[in-house]
Amino acid sequence: MLGDAARGFLDQAAPVAHLRGLRDAGQTHDPALWTQMADMGWAGVLIPESAGGSDMGHAAAGVLAHEMGKTLVNSPFLSSAVIAATALRQVSDARATEALKGIASGQVTYALAVDEGAKFAPDATAMQAHADGNGFRLNGTKKFVVDGGFADRILVLASTDNSQTLFDIPADRAGVTRQAQAMIDSRDAARITFDDVEATGADVLGTVDDAMTVLRPALEAGQAALAAELSGLAAGAFGMTVDYLKERQQFGVTIGSFQALQHRAAHLWSETEVTASAITNAGRALDETPDEATLAVSLAKARATGTAQLAVREGVQMHGGIGMTDEFDIGFFMKRARVSAEWLGDYGYHAETVARLRGF
Amino acid sequence: MQDEKSQENLQDGLLGNFQAEMRDWLEANCPASMRDGSIADDDICWGGKDWVFTCDDQRDWLNRMAGRGLTVPTWPKEYGGAGLSRAEEKIFQSEMARINARPPLQSFGIWMLGPALLEFGTEEQKQALLPPIVRGEIRWCQGYSEPGAGSDLASVQTKCDDMGDHWLVQGQKIWTSYANKADWIFALVRTDREARKHLGISFVLIDMTSKGVSTKPIKLISGVSPFCETFFDQVKVPKEQVVGTVNRGWDVAKYLLTHERQMISSGGQGLGGGRPLGAILAENGGLDDATLRADALRTEVDALAIGLTLERYKDQAEAGQGVGDASAMLKYVGTELNKRRHELIMAAGGSDALEWPDGRAPLWLRTKANSIEGGTSEVMLSIISRRVLGLPG
Repeated sequence: MLGDAARGFLDQAAPVAHLRGLRDAGQTHDPALWTQMADMGWAGVLIPESAGGSDMGHAAAGVLAHEMGKTLVNSPFLSSAVIAATALRQVSDARATEALKGIASGQVTYALAVDEGAKFAPDATAMQAHADGNGFRLNGTKKFVVDGGFADRILVLASTDNSQTLFDIPADRAGVTRQAQAMIDSRDAARITFDDVEATGADVLGTVDDAMTVLRPALEAGQAALAAELSGLAAGAFGMTVDYLKERQQFGVTIGSFQALQHRAAHLWSETEVTASAITNAGRALDETPDEATLAVSLAKARATGTAQLAVREGVQMHGGIGMTDEFDIGFFMKRARVSAEWLGDYGYHAETVARLRGF
Repeated sequence: MQDEKSQENLQDGLLGNFQAEMRDWLEANCPASMRDGSIADDDICWGGKDWVFTCDDQRDWLNRMAGRGLTVPTWPKEYGGAGLSRAEEKIFQSEMARINARPPLQSFGIWMLGPALLEFGTEEQKQALLPPIVRGEIRWCQGYSEPGAGSDLASVQTKCDDMGDHWLVQGQKIWTSYANKADWIFALVRTDREARKHLGISFVLIDMTSKGVSTKPIKLISGVSPFCETFFDQVKVPKEQVVGTVNRGWDVAKYLLTHERQMISSGGQGLGGGRPLGAILAENGGLDDATLRADALRTEVDALAIGLTLERYKDQAEAGQGVGDASAMLKYVGTELNKRRHELIMAAGGSDALEWPDGRAPLWLRTKANSIEGGTSEVMLSIISRRVLGLPG
């Protein structure tokens, strides 16, 4: 029901042509689209009603992300409505509640700044937040900050004396410089430099030297929603490909009558069905047993990453020459699948997490 | 909303009671020797007239479970089942797993004929045939494939002619599992040779002690002979032993095949007593090899997701949505997974796994049949392609 409603809206407001339009105009974000999504309650999907949210839960967030993935929608949904909202929700003070209200209304957007190297590795954070008087000085550079090019606020992970601390910093604070990254999939991302940026105790989200109490749930919510988005991407690419198999004629017949292609398409469909189970399971785990959802979430992200990549590889190959052209949409799916494979942990990162929790 | 909530609480409370009841009952009734979780061929009870129990505990365990209908937890009570809902069945299975209990009985009657009778049988057939399956008194086998009808199952040629007061069956079946140990066979036979091939088939039940029935075991690469050739030479069969409508046996067969596919697909979960692959492989340092470990990791990820998929489809089936052609997908992914698992187990075992007495090799070889029996992987992919994706056949 929620999925059908979302599909109805997105087919009108954000088909793949919308992403193509943004790219051709040199843009990565459509604020008007995000306002419409916020008006439908999507920005507040994980925010309590008392803070203006619709509080539909992680399974519902996954349904929305899945539909967005089908047409490669660029929006701050994952960064703001899922990751930042989940982080802020772990903190029950008045400032966090105000921040949640801002997200739910669609007025305030967030980005999460964790990555420093080529791979997702929060444990290896080099960025420093040195104690300075009653506050901190932040120095370092973050990259692959998705939606960081336009976000109003940045959640940034830094090393502090004894561990790590998560800060909530306005993007226009003195010393913050952001440089757009020209991503292959036209999603917004930025390299953000922090040059002696001042932070007070009020800018700490949660507790000093304890980033993970707040960040772990936020990351897991983001990973599960991104997995759902990837499964939507796989479904979108697969749907296009099956349609093409039914219409493309070669050697006097539709190419979908060739068993070599039929069996590969059937295998791909099987993979999407198996992955769908992992996505549903992750949403349910986050809603029902959030403290024990790590296995379910990593399983979902690993499976979705693998399935989406198979779907786009097969999609391009089965489309033949036209699949290589920019004019045709399948290439957009391939590029988005590659970027989303890396974001918030790649296949290996999540498979290792599964292995650790399964006694390898 | 309030009502829904209290309804849910009530439901949870009842399930909690059920869990406690099952736990106590299993604790009191499952013999200690039946708590090793074994699903090895030599430990499993198949039942039947000629069954020789391996020990008194095996007999007691079967009788106690059958007495409560728990050999077939979800079958209706009027036919000897326990009448459990899907939620209750999950609890029951988890309580069985908790004490590592062996299944009390497994049989083609439970997996295949029973579900077909529940769907297509007459009231008389259900009353007469289901309770002996529940109690493990009659052992059934399945006569589908023929030398000329393997993947192309609908081309069965075994003749079944209407002789007025009885049927006369003439022909040969192959790959009949345990036909030499079965009491009865359910078989696909051709009752109309003029009709289009799917439309002239009937589903008949034949007593294996009938005059003219004979079997011959087929030795497999794993060294054992679970399959037989089964011959019917002018076998008389009473008229009432047809299930469903005459000439519409294909409907029954198709329905049954979905059950069979689900059964085979779940094989990937039950291995090594359901232990994670990592734990099995780690035993002899099998995970020290980085390449093997990487393969195992991917297999474990897939195994977990496939397990969730089996559960999801079981839930759908209980919600009345049916599984239908998706059973081809479950069969395909489940059996291919099972083969991968056993390749890894063999690789981790190195030369230790290569001697017959070690036991790993026969299991590994046995899995090669998984993606052939009950419809090959290629047939499954063709079913998905045509019926689910709508690609031209």
